[in-house]
Order: sequence, then C-alpha cells, then structure tokens
Amino acid sequence: MRNTKTTEDIAHGIRARVFEHSMRNNGGYLSQACSAAEQLAFLYNEALTLGAPTLPMIPPPFAGVPAADNPDYVTGAGYNGPVAADLDRLFIAPAHYALVAYACLIEVGRMAPEGLEMFNRDGSSVEMIGAEHSPGMEVHNGTLGIGFSTGAGLAWGRKRRGESGQVCVFMSDGEVQEGQTWEAVQAAAHHGIDNLWALMDVNRQQCDGAMDSVMTVGDIAGKLRNFGAVVAEVDAHDVTALREAKATAHEGQPLVILAHSSPTQGMGFLQRRFPRLHYVRFKTEAERAEMNTAIAAELGIQPIDLGVH
Amino acid sequence: MEMVNRPYARAFEAYASANPEVLCLSADLTSSCEIDGFRDRHPNQFLSLGMAEQNMLSFAGGLGLAGFRPFLHSFGVFLYRRPYDQLMASIAYPRRKVRLMGFLPGITTPGGMTHQAIEDIAVMRTIPNMTVLEAGDATEVESIVAEADAVDGPVYCRILRGAVPRLFDSPLKLGQMRVLASGDDVLIVTAGITTEEAIRARGALERAGVSVRHLHLNTLKPFDAKQIVEHAASVRHGVVTLENHLIAGGIGSMVAEALAEAGLARRLVRLGLRDTYAHGGSRPYLMRYYGMDALALVRAVEQITGVQTGITEDALDAVRIEAVHSALKAEAL
Repeated sequence: MRNTKTTEDIAHGIRARVFEHSMRNNGGYLSQACSAAEQLAFLYNEALTLGAPTLPMIPPPFAGVPAADNPDYVTGAGYNGPVAADLDRLFIAPAHYALVAYACLIEVGRMAPEGLEMFNRDGSSVEMIGAEHSPGMEVHNGTLGIGFSTGAGLAWGRKRRGESGQVCVFMSDGEVQEGQTWEAVQAAAHHGIDNLWALMDVNRQQCDGAMDSVMTVGDIAGKLRNFGAVVAEVDAHDVTALREAKATAHEGQPLVILAHSSPTQGMGFLQRRFPRLHYVRFKTEAERAEMNTAIAAELGIQPIDLGVH
Repeated sequence: MEMVNRPYARAFEAYASANPEVLCLSADLTSSCEIDGFRDRHPNQFLSLGMAEQNMLSFAGGLGLAGFRPFLHSFGVFLYRRPYDQLMASIAYPRRKVRLMGFLPGITTPGGMTHQAIEDIAVMRTIPNMTVLEAGDATEVESIVAEADAVDGPVYCRILRGAVPRLFDSPLKLGQMRVLASGDDVLIVTAGITTEEAIRARGALERAGVSVRHLHLNTLKPFDAKQIVEHAASVRHGVVTLENHLIAGGIGSMVAEALAEAGLARRLVRLGLRDTYAHGGSRPYLMRYYGMDALALVRAVEQITGVQTGITEDALDAVRIEAVHSALKAEAL
C-alpha cells in the first residue's frame, strides 16, 4: 500500500490530530505524540511492508472478547493489512500510545477520521489503552514489558516457517525497568532471532514523571548489547537517521533502535508541565484556552474550535 | 498393581515426533520433566527458554500466533505463580493453543512451599478460556498429551512423573469422569494421586459394610456439575472430596458450588490442605500429616455415615490395589 504523503507530513498530521483530540476532550496523551510521531509515521509510511487494510475504515463497535462461543472474533490487526508470509507484523508494546497510533492510522489512510471520535467511548473498539480488538493492534500489550517476548516468539515461528516478513515491536523506554524485557532480549539473542527488530521511543518519561526520578535505568544501549542485541541510536525526530538505523545489519541477532526523543517536540508549550507529561489535563478553562492558542501556533494550525463540544 | 516408569517421556515423544507443529519448551527443568530424551533425539522441535518463565509464557503466545502448539514443561507452580500476568495476557485471553504441562502437583514434591502447586486448580479454573486436566495414573499421563493437544485453546495439565501406577486401562477422555464404584451410602470424589488413596479406602470400607460410590475426575474445567449432582443425589448420606490441593477453590469447592446451585442438600466433607501451606517431605508423610490419605478418607466417611468401621491403618495397608478394568466403569461415562 503506497502513501502519497511524506513521513514528515504524516508526523505533523499525527501531532495535529492528537492535539485536536486532547483539546476537545479536555486532556490526552500529548507528549507521546510529540515524542513518537516521526517513529510511527516512519513505521507505517516507510519501514514496514504491509498490505491494504482488511477491516472497515470506520471501526465497528466492540464485538466481544475471544471465547469459544465468539467464533467471529477478530483482532485489530486487519488495519495493518492481511496476515501473509511476505508481510511484516507490528506490535505496539506500550498500548498507552494507542491515541497516537490511531492518529497515525488515519494519516496513512488506514482508518477514517471518525475512528478517533470513538476513542474511549463506551461500547467502542477504539479503546484508550489499545486492546487486541482495537485498530492496528494484534495482541494485548497494556501490561508493559510483554511485547518483545511475544514478538520474539512470533518471529521464531515465522523464521521456522521460512516466511520473509519481519516482526517489529514499537517499544517505550520505561519497559526496560521490567525484568521480562531482558529475559526477552536474551532469549531472542540465544535463539538467533534476527527477523525481529524494535524501535524504542527513548523519551525518558514514564507515568510518575522523568525516569531518572522514578527508577534510574543507566545505559540502555550498553545493557541491550550485553544481552545480545544489535543497537542503533538516533535522533527520533530525524527521519533520515531512522532510515539509516533501520538498515543496520543484525544477522543472527535482534535489532533495537533507540530513538532519542523529546516529549515536547513540536509543542514546546508543554515544557511548562515537565516532568508530569504522561497524560496532560487542564485545570482551568483559561489554561485550556492558552494552550490551545499557543500549541496551535507552534503546529501552524488554527486553534481548535472548542465551542461545539 | 503395575508401576510404569516415566510414562510421560514415552508418550510425549511418540506424540510430538509425529506432530511437527508441536514444540517442546523447557525452562531449565528438562530432565526433571522427562523431556531430556526428546531434547536429545528431536533438537529441532525443542526450545530451551532458560530460567525465565515470564518470557517463556509470552514467547509461547507468539509461537501460538505463528500457528505452533507449544508444550511448556516445568513444575506446575512455575507456570503460573511468577508469570501470571503473562499467562493472562499472552496465552489465556487470546486463546493460544499453549499446553502447560505442570509437573509435581500439590504435595508430590518434597520441595516445600516454593515448589508445591497447592492453589493451581483454584487459579486456573477461574481463568476464562482455560481448560484444566489432571492425570491420575500412568494411562492418563500417556493419553493426556494427545487429549490436551486437541483442545482449541490453552490447557493446564497436572502431570505425574517417575514411577506411576497404572489404575485404568482406557484413555483419558476430555470431559468424561470415571465411575469407579456405584454404591449408595456415600459419594467419594477424587482426582490425581488421591484416587489411589480412595481405592485403598474403598476396599476396606466395603468390607466394613459401607456402600461407596466413587468418581475419578480428570477434567476439572469444564466441570460436569450435572453429573456430580446426579451422583450425589443417588447416595444416602453425603459426599466426601479428597484433593491434592487446598480445599478452597479446588474440587471440594466445585462440588459445593454444584450442589448449592442445584439446591441439593447433602452433607459435604472436603479433604485436602486446609488453608495452610505444606512443608517439604515425602509424599506419604505429607498425605498423612495433612489428612489427605486413605485413613483420613475413612474417618470422613465415618463422620458422614455415623458408622464406626473399626478400620485401622494396618487394615488399609493390607488392601491390595488391582488395576481398574473397563468392566468396573459405567459404559455411558
């Protein structure tokens, strides 16, 4: 599936959509859009080989969880295209980035803009924390740290089957605090799983605030290398650098790209909220109006019309 | 009574080697789970995941997503206590065809608290999409492999290792309990290693004039409540459950729920671990110490029937256990 926009345009569109949504809904995962916009745009627009979406552009409502008596259950993976031997698979390991991922699906023409209006609405499949049945998701990753393990298992299986498609896991740096992440890297290295790669948003932020204040994780790149991964480090907002990192040779080993990002990239106004950026809320209408004007100006768009909502 | 050495090792190798989509996963307990021979003879179907169960469970979920059917081998307790979150998110929710082969159930290990899966049935049966099986003899250990692999979803199995008695000559069939005796005074419900204890107790009880109805369960979820209620309704005095598990959340609880939901008033005595951890020791010692053996069963039957049987420990030891043949089982079951 070919896209006509540049990756930079898509990244800008992601920020604008998440900003608009957060303004209208009195809060949202703004900083994740700031840090990850180029990364998700790069994955969908360039890095991944995906087929055309197989599910309706307007997401259908929640249709039940997997169960023996729910034979029609499907995951949201169809927004990434069909499952095929030559196509890539993507897991969004930090499911809290769902709003950003949905905005990306819209920007790359895989979901209708109406999909974002269903975000976090009762009875909708477009859930706040991406679920298996949410657009673009294939597995549950709301419990942080399990994504790379699942990706490694799937990649091992695909390699065994001789499939040419790769497995990509979009990760967050907070996940390196979970022991399972390290178990997964060592297992992927031990078994030579090299059809597996990860793009990690290293924004140095987590729910409680700056990672260094919550739990120091040290040298992530050095630790990953010691556990057996090939590591590339780039500026997360430099698409050319992302392209070069993706081309890093990693035969016999998984590749992890550390994308060093700013949690306020494109919305410098958010610096006032540092380090509490995980979920941005407004305490007063005046604050909301001020942010609306300031960030719209930074993004080069009109302030969001808040009157209709 | 015939004792069979390492029935799992042979049964798994025969089955897995004929089914290339079955994978054998181990978490550093390969010999302990009797899959060392399989590892040596079928290295391409064997994956060592090391002492890292959290990753192993999510990794297995990924293998399931790729269309494989991984059999995870470890001590039962290591398959759910530490990696419970991974069990839920990566295996149970998406209904991956992952087969969790839990060795050393309950007090069958001298390893003490850290090694004894005493609440695994309670945990597993409350997990949506999960099937729970328990092998009670060598024949069931042999047949549980293919039966578990036929399930469209995840399965947890309590597996016996080493020298295992052969009690049954027909294979385990999912959802089919065994009716081992059809008396009408008291109903005894057992599973796993407690069935052998009940067979021993039954011999003595019948000689003392107590008519016993005895059910052996191998499918703990789905649980056939309807049949349990029918059997309970057909005995005069009441029901005794004996399980290698805490009495809370396991077979005793399942039977209690079944009777209560059916509105059937029968006395129920639940034998097993009573809100306590066990400690390390031999299986006979632990079964005696925690009131989970044939003698405890006899005393519970006496309590329910009001009959003083005069059965002693020596009398129980003298009971010879014969293989249970098909003729003793109701054909419909």
